[in-house]
Amino acid sequence: MVKKKIRGVFSRCYLGLILIILYLPILMLIIASVNASPRNKAIWQGFSLQGYVDLFENETIRQALITTLLLAAGAGLIATVLGTMVCIGMMGMRKRTRAAIMGVTNIPLLNADIVTGIALMLLFSRFVELSFWTMLVAHVTLIIPYVTLSVQPKAAQLNMSAYEAAIDLGATFPYAVWKVVLPELMPGILTGFLLAFTMSLDDFSVTYFTKAPGIHTMSTMINAEYRRGIQTEIYALSTLVFLIVLLALFLMNRRSRTAQREGE
Amino acid sequence: MAKKLIDLIDISKSYGNKLILDDMNLYMNENRFLTLLGPSGCGKTTTLRIIGGFETPDTGRVIFDGKDITQLPPNERQLNTVFQKYALFPHMTIEENIAFGLKIKKKSRAYIKDKIKYALKLVNLDGYEKRMPDSLSGGQQQRIAIARAIVNEPKVLLLDEPLGALDLKLRQDMQYELIRLKNELGITFIYVTHDQEEALTMSDTIVVMNQGYIQQIGTPEDIYNEPQNAFVADFIGESNIIDSVMLEDKLVEILGTRFPCVDVGFGRNQPVDVVIRPEDIVLTEPSDGILQGRVLSGIFKGVHYEMEVEANGFVWLVHSTVLKEPGTQVGIWVDPFNIQIMNKPESEDEEVEVRE
Amino acid sequence: MRKLGARILAGPYMIWMLVFTIIPLLLILYNAFTNTGGQFTLGNVAAIADPVNAGPLWLSLKMSVAVTGICLILAFPLALILRQISSDKNSFIVMIFILPMWMNFMLRTLAWRLILLNNGFLNQALNIMDMDPIYLMNTKTAVILGTAYDYFPFMVLPIYNALVKIDRDVIQAAQDLGAGDWVILGRIILPLSIPGIVSGITMVLVPSMSEFVIASMLGGGKVYMIGNVIEQAFNSGYADTHLGCGLSLSLMGLIIISMIAYYFFDRGGEGSALW
Repeated sequence: MVKKKIRGVFSRCYLGLILIILYLPILMLIIASVNASPRNKAIWQGFSLQGYVDLFENETIRQALITTLLLAAGAGLIATVLGTMVCIGMMGMRKRTRAAIMGVTNIPLLNADIVTGIALMLLFSRFVELSFWTMLVAHVTLIIPYVTLSVQPKAAQLNMSAYEAAIDLGATFPYAVWKVVLPELMPGILTGFLLAFTMSLDDFSVTYFTKAPGIHTMSTMINAEYRRGIQTEIYALSTLVFLIVLLALFLMNRRSRTAQREGE
Repeated sequence: MAKKLIDLIDISKSYGNKLILDDMNLYMNENRFLTLLGPSGCGKTTTLRIIGGFETPDTGRVIFDGKDITQLPPNERQLNTVFQKYALFPHMTIEENIAFGLKIKKKSRAYIKDKIKYALKLVNLDGYEKRMPDSLSGGQQQRIAIARAIVNEPKVLLLDEPLGALDLKLRQDMQYELIRLKNELGITFIYVTHDQEEALTMSDTIVVMNQGYIQQIGTPEDIYNEPQNAFVADFIGESNIIDSVMLEDKLVEILGTRFPCVDVGFGRNQPVDVVIRPEDIVLTEPSDGILQGRVLSGIFKGVHYEMEVEANGFVWLVHSTVLKEPGTQVGIWVDPFNIQIMNKPESEDEEVEVRE
Repeated sequence: MRKLGARILAGPYMIWMLVFTIIPLLLILYNAFTNTGGQFTLGNVAAIADPVNAGPLWLSLKMSVAVTGICLILAFPLALILRQISSDKNSFIVMIFILPMWMNFMLRTLAWRLILLNNGFLNQALNIMDMDPIYLMNTKTAVILGTAYDYFPFMVLPIYNALVKIDRDVIQAAQDLGAGDWVILGRIILPLSIPGIVSGITMVLVPSMSEFVIASMLGGGKVYMIGNVIEQAFNSGYADTHLGCGLSLSLMGLIIISMIAYYFFDRGGEGSALW
């Protein structure tokens, strides 16, 4: 009993410690966003919301933000469609073919991002001009494994008899896939899309090597600007992003709790 | 006489607002096969987990071999559990699984080797030492789980629905196996199940539970032939349970008709529940029966026919080796000895929803 | 007919992977073994042995091992505790611990600058407590800390997922057979969480070995890792694509070798961990 209590206290302290380590840097960003100091954000020079005002007028940041979101959404969508298709396609394949496809799928995942970026740059520079579209293709390539690896296990567990029953009842192949197979894969598809989306948002290395001059994502913009002293707007933006994510998490939690209560 | 080995005194347990066990008292003797039987949610598994040490009761004490073990963690108790889903260690060979408890007790290598051999022989799986658990069938895994528990020579073996995941044939084989094991080992088995047939086949003593209360304790014969209330009667085997009135000693009025019986001491004009097993009802010519009725349906069940007979506004379930065609007029006759009279339950708690 | 219809769906993906994964890697291979004139050479790959390149490679290896070690040591107990808590409630508390992952990677690194700068939060805090300042900015320690912070969630999640999969009955069975907490940890939980640990290590080790932007943000050019060398080969005044490809190939080789070595050691370790 006593042992259990000691362990409980220790657990809580450990959780607290990790939480502090995890959130201290984020707290720093938030503080920096309201720091009136124009350049050196490490030194507190009074409270100001100027950064938030400037944020909405800063064209560079707005462009970078739009590019980042467009890339993540576009690449996430393309990757999800392709990844889901291959998982359905693989169901009808022999084990060896399937293993080969999964092997290739793992390459961008296990390979160093910098090498993936360089490899794509070599390809693009040979045949096309670098542009938003090359960035999009690069992002799809980078994040596609996350979709495939999320959907594939669901496809492997898929109840084939439900699909066969649909065919037996006269459904055409596309109809059966749409009505029977896809709904069952949906949890995996959603997880895959979210993972892919996140990975795209977070990427620096691949974007860095495949981006066209003049186009920035958030990552490359920060990289280009931090030496000059980051503008307060970026801290303001990061604070907003954090708050939005936090809010989304709380809402999700609340919804799942009500759902749970209703379930009981 | 048999020695009292485990004594549960005033045990209560609830999860949140849900009362699982209410002030339960139960003792278990040495070298018995005792079964806790009841529908899901009746508290039987919780009882077992309290004995095993995986749950601490809210009130009450657990006495084992004269010592209070209520607060003792499972790893310090002299009993072992066989889990419902085997719970073999998936990353260890069969040999390592069985040796697990013995290594913790720092037994010698030779001793462990002997024990593994002995245990595998006991469960008819010699030669499986080097196999991994997932290469075994469900029944084999269950045997290994038993072997892993008994090598530690526990005084009591706790079994939590160990046959629940097996198919029918295997389950029946394992029932005989378990009886044999118990006799060879000479230890106490405490067995949890919701399967009445399993309980009747294997047990020395059956404890029927429902909604946290003990309904009846007795030998399988007692429980089957003389259920003490409608819940037990309905849960164990099939039965006709009828609201009736005990007119006087040895005379009961069932559905408005007087039946002679053998029970005494219920008083006069006392409402009771009457239980009549389907196989105890004799279908006769209409004139020879105490009641007259009409056959509604008849189904062949292998050993017997199962018929539904309507008489006095009640549909009687009847088992007989002779089929009366549906529509036939029949008489119903029951041997006074086969009419089981039970007091009505005192509280709503005790009378609960019945199986199916 | 049915199966053919399904297989066609894999086509676009296979073409995509061929064009954008396999062919680009072949281009690296081609460039690595040729010079600017297009002739075959081993020079670009052999350049890794040059101390100018071998030094950063060795440094990257050491630092990524340190980062992975820190992440593992911190993540395993965390995952254990989370497993215990979250099984009664929901995954909300787990989400709290991986939430920082949704902050942009560069922002997370930037935040560490605010802490580690010579007049940053750390030294201001130390100053208040009347302690001597620690100058971590532009050191290996700073890069290791920042990298470990960035990749920490990638260690927590797989381990947590592996731990959650462990059947509660299995742990209770061990307890029932007389095992105390430490035996259960060492003999049941740890071996059963190895798949999670393996993927956690993979997901942290590889990116932290090839990292270059954290090194430049927190190392200020003083911490020169193999990623920085490769980046310089493409994006500096002395750009040499062929050399860059040769070095990339060496880096891939190192990743593959360390993966193989790691799986090899791991297999040995698993056997000997059983008494």
